[in-house]
Amino acid sequence: MRETKYWTWHMAAGVVIFFLLGLHMLIMHLGGTTHLFAPFGGEAVSKVNSVFRDGRLFFTVTYILLLGVALYHGLYGLRTILFELTLKPIVEKLVTFVFVVLGLGLFGLGTWAAIVVHAIAKTGARG
Amino acid sequence: MAELERHDNRLGIWGWLGGGRWGVERYAYILHRLTGLGILLYFLMHIVVTSLRARGIYLWVEGGFFHRPIFKLGEFLVFAAFAYHALNGVRLVLVELGFAVGRPIDPVYPYKTSLNVQRPLLIAMMILAAIFLAAGGYEFLGLAK
Repeated sequence: MRETKYWTWHMAAGVVIFFLLGLHMLIMHLGGTTHLFAPFGGEAVSKVNSVFRDGRLFFTVTYILLLGVALYHGLYGLRTILFELTLKPIVEKLVTFVFVVLGLGLFGLGTWAAIVVHAIAKTGARG
Repeated sequence: MAELERHDNRLGIWGWLGGGRWGVERYAYILHRLTGLGILLYFLMHIVVTSLRARGIYLWVEGGFFHRPIFKLGEFLVFAAFAYHALNGVRLVLVELGFAVGRPIDPVYPYKTSLNVQRPLLIAMMILAAIFLAAGGYEFLGLAK
């Protein structure tokens, strides 16, 4: 039952990613067409446009949310693929442990960065 | 709590990659996994690279290390992988939840497979992915201003 629950979360995370990463793609990779959230013109990934988005609470919150659900979805997906090789139970536990540590570590790093750049952008220190 | 019954994967890695005589949906599923692995690899690096902006380092802006054409091509490949993975993922979730596979019927010989019933959903999702991919290609080629 526990694995069924994790699998359901995996699917639910995929639905959340569909919308949040879809928005991210519309902004960053289709920016020349959509011109979304890039008020300074030029490339959507330019420093001024990045700082503009970092200063918006909406982006800080959705970056952190996307970070969490995407890490879960990706690492759980990889874990599922690896487990299909019929690993020994001790190896399965080790894989799970490594992925949990890796996921939490990267989530911590990304969350810290999102909060720091939001604070910096609010002060206007980077234009 | 009941333990999951374990079945040995005799085929090993071929069990991942081989679709056998299963329909095109099985190969779509294999490609789904491959694109997922590619996106995950990119994403793990993306977290580290974009977190550097907290220290004032923007490697992806004009003049930055990741602003070279080879990385632009790589970004387009990630975009293409996302377009496919996302829309095929919608198909997989719908099928997992029992949509688009037809109504349950009695198992009377000759048996009918639901694989053929879900084919229109695959086609629709691939058309959407192709449209999304074309929009990304238009942008990648610098045609959008």
